[in-house]
Amino acid sequence: MALPSYATTGERVWHYVFLTLCGLIFLFLIGPLLIIIPLSFNAEPYFTFSEAMLSFDPAGYSLRWYEDFFTSSAWLNAIKNSFIVGIASTLLATILGTIAALGLSSRFMPARGAIMALLISPMIVPLIISAAAMFFFFSKINLAQTYLGVILAHTVLGIPFVVITVTATLSSFDTTLIRAAHSLGANPTRTFFKVVLPLVTPGVVSGALFAFITSFDEVVVVLFIAGPEQRTMPIQMWSGIREQISPTILAVATLLVILSMLLLAILELLRRRGERLRGLTPG
Amino acid sequence: MSDSSTPPLTTADGVPLKVSLRRAVRRSKLKALLLVSPLLLFLGIAFVMPIFDMLWRSVDNPEVSTTLPRTVSALEDWDGESVPDEPVFAALVEDLQEGQKERNLGLLSSRLNYEKSGMRSAVSRTARRLRTLEPPYRETLIEINDAWGELDTWQLIQRESSPYTLSYYLAAMDRQFSPQGEIVKVPEYLQIHATLFWRTFWMSAVITLATLVLGYPIAFLLANLPLRQSNLLMILVLLPFWTSLLVRTTTWIAILQSQGVLNDVMVALGVIADEARWQLIHNKTGTIIAMTHILLPFMILPLYSVMKTIPPSYMRAARSLGGRPFLCFRRVYFPLTIPGIAAGGILVFILSIGYYITPALVGGQSGRFITNYIAYHMQTSLNWGLAAAIASILLLVVVVFYWIFNRLIGVDKVKLG
Amino acid sequence: MNKPMMKGATIAVMGLSTLAIAVAAQAEQTLNIVSWGGAYSMSQQKAYHEPWMEKSGDEIVNIDRSGNALAGLRAQNQAGNVTWDLVDMLPADALIACAEGLIEPLDHDELLAEAPDGTPPTEDFIDDSLTECFVPSIVYSNIVAFNTEMFPEDKQPSTIADVFDLENYPGKRTLLRKPINNLEWALVADGVAPEEVYDVLETEEGVQRAFAKLDTIKDQVIWWEEGAQPPQLLADEEVAFGSAYNGRIFNAMVTEDQPFEIIWDAQVFELDGWVVPTGKLDKVKDYLYFATDTQRLADQAKYISYGPARKSSSDMVSTHAETGIDMTPHMPTYPPNFETAIPKDDEFWADNNDELTQRFNAWLSQ
Repeated sequence: MALPSYATTGERVWHYVFLTLCGLIFLFLIGPLLIIIPLSFNAEPYFTFSEAMLSFDPAGYSLRWYEDFFTSSAWLNAIKNSFIVGIASTLLATILGTIAALGLSSRFMPARGAIMALLISPMIVPLIISAAAMFFFFSKINLAQTYLGVILAHTVLGIPFVVITVTATLSSFDTTLIRAAHSLGANPTRTFFKVVLPLVTPGVVSGALFAFITSFDEVVVVLFIAGPEQRTMPIQMWSGIREQISPTILAVATLLVILSMLLLAILELLRRRGERLRGLTPG
Repeated sequence: MSDSSTPPLTTADGVPLKVSLRRAVRRSKLKALLLVSPLLLFLGIAFVMPIFDMLWRSVDNPEVSTTLPRTVSALEDWDGESVPDEPVFAALVEDLQEGQKERNLGLLSSRLNYEKSGMRSAVSRTARRLRTLEPPYRETLIEINDAWGELDTWQLIQRESSPYTLSYYLAAMDRQFSPQGEIVKVPEYLQIHATLFWRTFWMSAVITLATLVLGYPIAFLLANLPLRQSNLLMILVLLPFWTSLLVRTTTWIAILQSQGVLNDVMVALGVIADEARWQLIHNKTGTIIAMTHILLPFMILPLYSVMKTIPPSYMRAARSLGGRPFLCFRRVYFPLTIPGIAAGGILVFILSIGYYITPALVGGQSGRFITNYIAYHMQTSLNWGLAAAIASILLLVVVVFYWIFNRLIGVDKVKLG
Repeated sequence: MNKPMMKGATIAVMGLSTLAIAVAAQAEQTLNIVSWGGAYSMSQQKAYHEPWMEKSGDEIVNIDRSGNALAGLRAQNQAGNVTWDLVDMLPADALIACAEGLIEPLDHDELLAEAPDGTPPTEDFIDDSLTECFVPSIVYSNIVAFNTEMFPEDKQPSTIADVFDLENYPGKRTLLRKPINNLEWALVADGVAPEEVYDVLETEEGVQRAFAKLDTIKDQVIWWEEGAQPPQLLADEEVAFGSAYNGRIFNAMVTEDQPFEIIWDAQVFELDGWVVPTGKLDKVKDYLYFATDTQRLADQAKYISYGPARKSSSDMVSTHAETGIDMTPHMPTYPPNFETAIPKDDEFWADNNDELTQRFNAWLSQ
């Protein structure tokens, strides 16, 4: 955002004040996430910087909280559960959501707005309400305290993300490409695999990633409908934070920040790939 | 010119084009619906039915009518003026005997105790003596527990004998039925839910405003930078968005608590004394700071997508017409961003009033939301009817805002990252 | 192979496989036992679970959910999928769960072990402690403890009134975020005799008086919800006083060497013990018999300072397993500690908890 050549002194000052302000807001956004990374290497059981840490004394740093994490059967079991539930609900949400998005992006879809509003509502309805409602209902039909119950609940929560991303991809999809493929002699199957799929895949994958992270991060519903066997990572963190924050939680938090960086990187690559395929490469 | 004068257009097989088109459209509609139907069915069972089940539970009132059927019917002719006579008491004893056998007096006594403290022991003490009771029962029961000799006990049983009740909704709004059946406020020392609803709304409004103030400049910057730079900075917005909610809440605990990073820095810098550390967490401040951080991306993204569509030439034109920068911004740019403000504002507000985790962990006493009381009634007080009633009221508020959002912006315009 | 032999072989094989199944079932049994977590679960682990696992080959899974046990039982019962096999809960909750049919009525003399001298269980357990569905294992106490380093040596607090005396004993306090115990203590601190507390609380003036007393320290209180919090807050010197379960404070004092001391004045004591979720009696019968016998209850007192609920175990209480200190003076029932003790009135709280909790929450949010 360069200053125009006709800017006055006052505008110049304002320009730099504005940039500084933005810098501070970015710091507010990112700082908290970065601050826990060094804290998780604290050799002491506190979650503030010790003097040894500030003077960069190697003795002030240690991996003990990571060791705690990787040797605790409770944490490892929780990770396993989180992956089981996350992967299963992501698959289900992606399949159901993608098929529905194909219908929703049709020009002929009746009552499109109303249906879309319904499909997105699990994202809008407060989690505690969904959790309470599912707790009541799933208890009645013997789904509470089962893996299946938790997976179905997380599928519900993941669906809006899949529907939104896939319909967005499909709506920017240029249907003339299909006709072009046909006119060049490709049969419908070939067209689907060679033209449609590559263009839609990034949308589906990013929807799936959203669904996965939603499940992987979800506490409230699990808190209500999961039994002791389905204890997931967020539940483990939640009870840890409520009792006392041992730095083990900061170690877990750091690992999760790194995970989200990875997912974000994948998403960014997908986005660029999608744009390139559609010939929208940014300058 | 009339239609009959020109032959209708037909397709190759002779079907009129209009009919053929209509058929094709119908087929396409059907195909689209078929594609959506598995998901609709799934959501219907796993989401919509639970919600309706909850709504139903907020008025469901089976305890008195199923456990005390004889008493209820004996009370039908009761004038409600004085403690009823022997037949009602005999019916009660019979009902309690059966309830004892079926072991469902617990739910009854809990239900009655919500409305009148002391009913739990009235039922359980009486139940314990049932085996040795001899008629006439009236005096003996009153002797066992005073509650049976009180008029309002019987008025309560009569009032709650219908299978549906509004009591839970009244309790959710700090109201109750008086013994005469009128709706009155509960005593001041018992008023809590209305306060919490109100607090949830105003704190959410503050949080929404804070995200707007912080998000607007960022969105503006991102929308006006060259794409390559803005994509890079966008990552800084998306990273918190993608990071676990619990992680973000945890880091705010680590930063804000009295032995935390911020206070340590301030003490080290000499800004505050060691004894006078700021109390930034376990109160309203903690909730507002942490939730502003957590919800900020939900404000930035819609603002950004609106600002992106405003051509920079508008501002240049306004400037070239002699407007001062601030005036140009206020009169030209700002009005164009209002749809983004509306979208982001409603989104943040809806999400905020439904938040549970963050207020529970950093809110302490004063920073709790109504959602925390839904959880409290679900898990601790076990008054599930009241939990369902509070949740239903909150749901109504959310649905209204969602409907406004949908009318103003349209849910299909929502974009993620 | 002739026919009879075949038959014999078949029977033998069938017999063997039945035996194998029986053995497998015996060895593979996993008991999901719900308790309070922390030092308390650890004491159960050492005194009951470990010897039992060794003896029977069962696997025991500890679930720290006793704080929400009643809610959990209701939910599982509604779901028709009860996963808990044995639950440690308070007698007041047990009364409610029993009346709702969530837990099994127990025939104590039939199910529990006799005392070594042959006294039947109904006479050996503390008087009136065995209720329809409940078997007590310990007597524990709600007390207020303080960090001795936060007060000058010549001015250490000693009574419950000191907790409400901000002038002489300044500093933050941490109290349980429930009306239970706090209202009792407020009244005692305000001059009510311990034995009259519940009579006073039955009246509206009494409740007002208790809240008015709590008002005087309200802005100095951090409210806790998990049993692990008060020892932590005391250790961090975030608070000077903290209400807690006496065993947790004892544990921090002897195993972590924390400079804590317990104010035994106006301790509110009660029982805690086992209930069996409906339908689980056959599965846990043997364990229950084992875990509530005289020796086991006496053993538990080696690990945590809770008094055994059997009279025959009391005389066997000895020394702490790790440090070897004498456990007797740390028990709630030790006479000097017990002088001004308040027995928690379960019926009062069963009746008034709903309303007083709402009132307490309203008071908190003012």
